[in-house]
Order: sequence, then structure tokens, then C-alpha cells
Amino acid sequence: MKHSPLVAVVGNPNAGKSALFNALTGARQKVGNYPGVTVERHVGRLTLADGRPIELVDLPGAYGLDPTSPDEAVTRDVLLGRQKGERLPDALLIVVDASNLDNHLRFTLQLIDLGLPTVIALNMIDLATRDGLELDVAKLSADLGVPVIATVAVRKRGLDEIRGELGELLIAPRTIRAGEGPIHDPLTLQRRARDIAVGAIIRETPVRRLTHRLDAILLHPLLGPLILAAILFVMFQAVFAWSAFPADALEAGTVWLGTTIGNALPGGVLRSLIVDGLFAGVGAVIVFLPQIIILFLFILVLESTGYMVRAAFLMDRLMSRAGLSGRAFIPLLSSFACAVPGIMATRTIDDPKDRLTTILVAPLMTCSARLPVYTLIIGAFIPARNVAPGVGLQGLILFGLYVAGVVGALLAAVVIRRTVVKGGGGAFMMELPKYQMPRIGDIAIGLWQRAAIFLKRAGGIILTTTIILWALASFPVAGPGQKQSDVSIAGKIGDAIHVVVAPIGFNKDISLALLPAMAAREVAVAAIATVYSLDAAADEGVQTLAERIRGRWSLATALAFLAWFVFAPQCISTIAVTRRETNGWKWPAFMVAYLFVLAYLAAGATYWTAVAFGLG
Amino acid sequence: MSAATSLDDLKLGTRAMVASVDWDSLEVGEASRLRHFGFDAGVSVEPLHLGPFGRDPLAVRVGRMTVAIRRIHARAVRVIPAA
Repeated sequence: MKHSPLVAVVGNPNAGKSALFNALTGARQKVGNYPGVTVERHVGRLTLADGRPIELVDLPGAYGLDPTSPDEAVTRDVLLGRQKGERLPDALLIVVDASNLDNHLRFTLQLIDLGLPTVIALNMIDLATRDGLELDVAKLSADLGVPVIATVAVRKRGLDEIRGELGELLIAPRTIRAGEGPIHDPLTLQRRARDIAVGAIIRETPVRRLTHRLDAILLHPLLGPLILAAILFVMFQAVFAWSAFPADALEAGTVWLGTTIGNALPGGVLRSLIVDGLFAGVGAVIVFLPQIIILFLFILVLESTGYMVRAAFLMDRLMSRAGLSGRAFIPLLSSFACAVPGIMATRTIDDPKDRLTTILVAPLMTCSARLPVYTLIIGAFIPARNVAPGVGLQGLILFGLYVAGVVGALLAAVVIRRTVVKGGGGAFMMELPKYQMPRIGDIAIGLWQRAAIFLKRAGGIILTTTIILWALASFPVAGPGQKQSDVSIAGKIGDAIHVVVAPIGFNKDISLALLPAMAAREVAVAAIATVYSLDAAADEGVQTLAERIRGRWSLATALAFLAWFVFAPQCISTIAVTRRETNGWKWPAFMVAYLFVLAYLAAGATYWTAVAFGLG
Repeated sequence: MSAATSLDDLKLGTRAMVASVDWDSLEVGEASRLRHFGFDAGVSVEPLHLGPFGRDPLAVRVGRMTVAIRRIHARAVRVIPAA
């Protein structure tokens, strides 16, 4: 079978490439990885006016064919037809920012010289107009020798014309201008790009740009950091406040469904597997979906408005004190959602030592998988009252845990930079894109992709681990007067771990949860849920997990457990991605070891302090 | 005509023209990223903002783009302030 034609969407970072890709393909897209590297591959389908299907691939943004990062290397290799896992594109859709032509045309000229059928999207033309820039599209097209179409991806302007041009290009591929041949000298290229850009300007009215006015406030030496702190604070309050209703509804729904199905089934092993294994385990994880979605909502909005890079700018100096760069701020902030994409995002850090250090401390940022653990313990032990109007005590404690992770990460980076990863470093070079209104559709696609990844983990790794743990916890069956968690296989394994963690205040149930928590942190909650629902006496009925642990743990133990999870050795996925990104087992092994020591000390210190204050 | 100075000595909001860039003082990757940003003799630049901690990094307008670079790299760019 013949493949449908492949069109590569290519352009500079911040040209609005992904927005155009989303607008053209809608929800018909897939995210994968290029083999051997951890660069994401986004493909989607597009149907032309005459019904022919086209495959569209969104290449990573690049400044030129001389890559300075692994992402840019993939873009170059695809365009030269030597990237594994991708055929040579049949045509190019080059995306340029209409208000930044003099810069973007340099890469465009290089791309045109590749000789592939090409159409150019002169994107964000509305913002150029807003900035007082009037462009001659026909002249630009004549100078470049390829069709140019003015587009506004976020308003779907120019999309039909793009489809039309692509259709024509693919029917009768034209060889485009032979011209003067490829220009190799970077400065000659730059000057030619600038000449064409200047030639395309009809009129320019100087206006005070919106971006400049906003930057005067958001990058203000005093206001800037305050606003950043406020945004992060609101973000973490919202994670709790907005998610309360949907999370409660999901939890109630799961309990009801579990009870209903449990009552309909005959007693015995199958019923136990379904009610105690499946519903107690997976149910306990799915209720955290609202919080994960809210957190990603903030991250995606900050990213798409252009604020995320400003945050990196504000934080660069502090990060450089810790031996990191402001560039590490984005991967580390992403690690609040999950360390796996966070570590993958470190590819944008050019300096290898900056990058390695960022990878090693990324797991200290509180990932969303730790949220279930935090919210469970906080919900069970910390009263839901306000310490000030609009400031809940629970949210405050959660904020504190996040801060502890951040401070821990920065201190760890300082130490790592002075010991195991010495020397080098010190680059921070980023473009500050124009501010933009985020588009709901783009955010929705991003959220949907993240939620799907989380649910796949809940449905895959977590489901498997939960069922294995249920089996370990259910057999052999306890006799009369015995507690199930004492006699089971899992109980015996827990006993062994308990010897090590008893000094830091962990009871047997926690010991039991530590091992499966390595599969994925949120499994800790599922594991505890499974243990307690098996132990539950008949008269207890169906209680929520929070009610169950409140009766069984001391406050000192609960606090120690929280402290443990601030530093806890991360999940298997994180170890795997670290191995991949550092090309070996040396660094993941180091990472696990140092995090284990930190977690043990932090939990110990917390427990002993709490006991000394009489909370044991 | 004013004397050439380095980009990091320029007062915020002062427009200037790049006179030269000391490419050799930069690492290969850093130099090529600065070129990608459009730093080159004859280009108009204007420092816009300073990082809140230690007046580092700098946000600089280059042509139509705004980029963030550290002081140490701005030092490699010689500029002539507009009169």
C-alpha cells in the first residue's frame, strides 16, 4: 500500500508552529518518540479539499540546519532524510512569524534550498498588524520563489488556502528556483534574509507594543518575582480548592460502584479481587485525576501565554547560584507534573553539565504522582480550616511540601555541582516570545494528552502492581483472630522492610507500601488502600481511606511519611528515563542512592522532632 | 559619534548599533546561538530589562526579537550607542 504524502511542518521556535499544526489536524494526532532519542514525534492527518489524505509531522522548532540541541538535530535529520523512523517529507510547510521575518527568514532560506516542494505560512499576521507592521505578501512570495499565505492559526485564518496549496504542490511537484544555490556563510545568509524581510515591509507605524508594556510589569525587578510567587501560590491553592468537588464525586462514585458490584457477586476470591484489589486500588488513584488536570492546566497556560520563559528569566540568577541555568526552570517546573517529561525537557539545556545536574535533582520537585500521597495524609490529619481569609491550612502545608522539595533540589544541585559534576556551565540564551492569549483548543489537546498518559499508567502499571500486591496481601488467608496483614506474604516482606524503617516511625503498613511505590509513587496510596480494605472488619462497612488511616497512624508517623515522600527515591519510569538520557546505569544508580539517604534522614528528623513535641 | 562600549555596559532603554562581536571569546554552541538570535555587525539592539537578582541576565531587543542572555555573553558584543 502506498503511504499518503508526508508534509513536514517546520520553522523557528515561537513561530506558532504547533498552533498551526493543531488547527490543521484537530484532534486527529498521535504523539510518539523518534527511535533511539527522546524527541517527541507529533503526527496528524489532514484531508484535502478533494478528499486525499495527507500525513502531517510537526518537527521540533529550530533556528537552522546547524543544530545546537538534540531536538534541532532531529529536525535537520528528518529534512535530510536520514532520521530513523521517518521518511523524507514529500513537501514542507514552513511557518514564520510575520512580525519576526528578518530572523525567521534565515532558516526559511536554508529550507527552501533543500529543493522540496514548499509552501510558507506567514503566521500571526494579526499580531504583526497590531504592532503596526504592514507586509507585502505577494512581494515576499516573489522574492522567495515559493507560495506565501498569510495565516492566523489560532483563528483558523488561511487554513483553506494552505490546504489548497499543499494539494497543488503534491499533484505536480515543481522544482523550485535553482537560484544562486545554497548559501553556506552564516552572515551572507543573515544579510540576505534581512534584505528580503525589509523589502516585504510596506509600512511600519511605531506603536508601544503590548508585550513591552506587560514586560515592564512582569519583569520588573521587584514586582516580577512577587507576581511569580503569587502565581505559583494560587496554582497550588487551586490544585486543592478546585479539585475538591470533582474528586469527592469520583471517590463517592468509586465506593458506590465497588459496593454495588461487591454485593452482586458471590463471596470469595473473585469478589475480593474485584472489590479489594481493583476498586480499592485503581479507584484510589483515579480520584486524583482532577488535581493533575488542574496542575497541567496552569503549566500549559503559562507555557502558551509566553510567561514560562519570563519565569526562567526571573529565576536564572538564583538557579545559576545552584549551578543550574534559568533553562532548568522549565524542566524543573514540568517535574512538578511528572519527572519523566521534566527530565526529557532537559534536552533544551545545551550545556551537558547543567543538564546532568538538572536531571539528577528533577525528582526532588514534587511530581503529581506524589499529590495523592500528600493529599491523603493532609486530608486525614490536617484540619480543613483557614489560617487567613482565603488561605487554607491544608493548602499551606501542601505549599510547604512543595517548597521543601524546591529547596532540597537547589541544595542538592549546589552539592552535586561542587562534587560529582564539577566545572563548565554558564549559558542562558532564550528568546522571549510575544505574549499571547492561550487558545482553549490547544490547551484542551495538551490536557487530553496528559490525562491519557496518567490514565494509561493507572490502567497499566498501577493496575498490574495493585493486583500482584492484592495477591501477596491476600494469601495465605488469615485464620480466626489473626490480622490478614500479619500472615500474608506481603506482611512478611513488609516485616523485613519494617526493620529498616521502624526507627523513622514507619509502621508495617507503610513498609508494605514502600516497595510497590517504586513502580509508581501513587501506588503507595493504592497499596495502603488495598491492605486496609482487606483488614477491614465487617462492621466497619465501606469507609474512605482517609478515615481508615486516621485511626491507625500517629501524627508523627504521618508527618514522617510526608517528609519521606518529599525526597523518596523515584519511580521506575524516572529511573528508566534517566538511564536513557544519561546513557548508562551510573547516574540513575547514584540518583537512587542519594535520594534514599536524603529521604531516610528527612523522615527520621521529622519523626524524632514530632515525638519530642509529644505528637508520637 | 559615540565611542564603542560593550552591550552589558549600556543603560537600559539605550538604542545602539552592534559594532562587532568577539566570536572567539564564546564557546561554539554559544556563538552559534547568538548568531541564530541575529547578533551581527550593523544590527540594532536595546537592553530592556535586567534580572531581579544581581542585575543578571539581560533582556535585549535584537532587531525585532527580544532575547535573554547572561551578562558574561553580552560582554562579547561591542556596540555604538545611538546619538
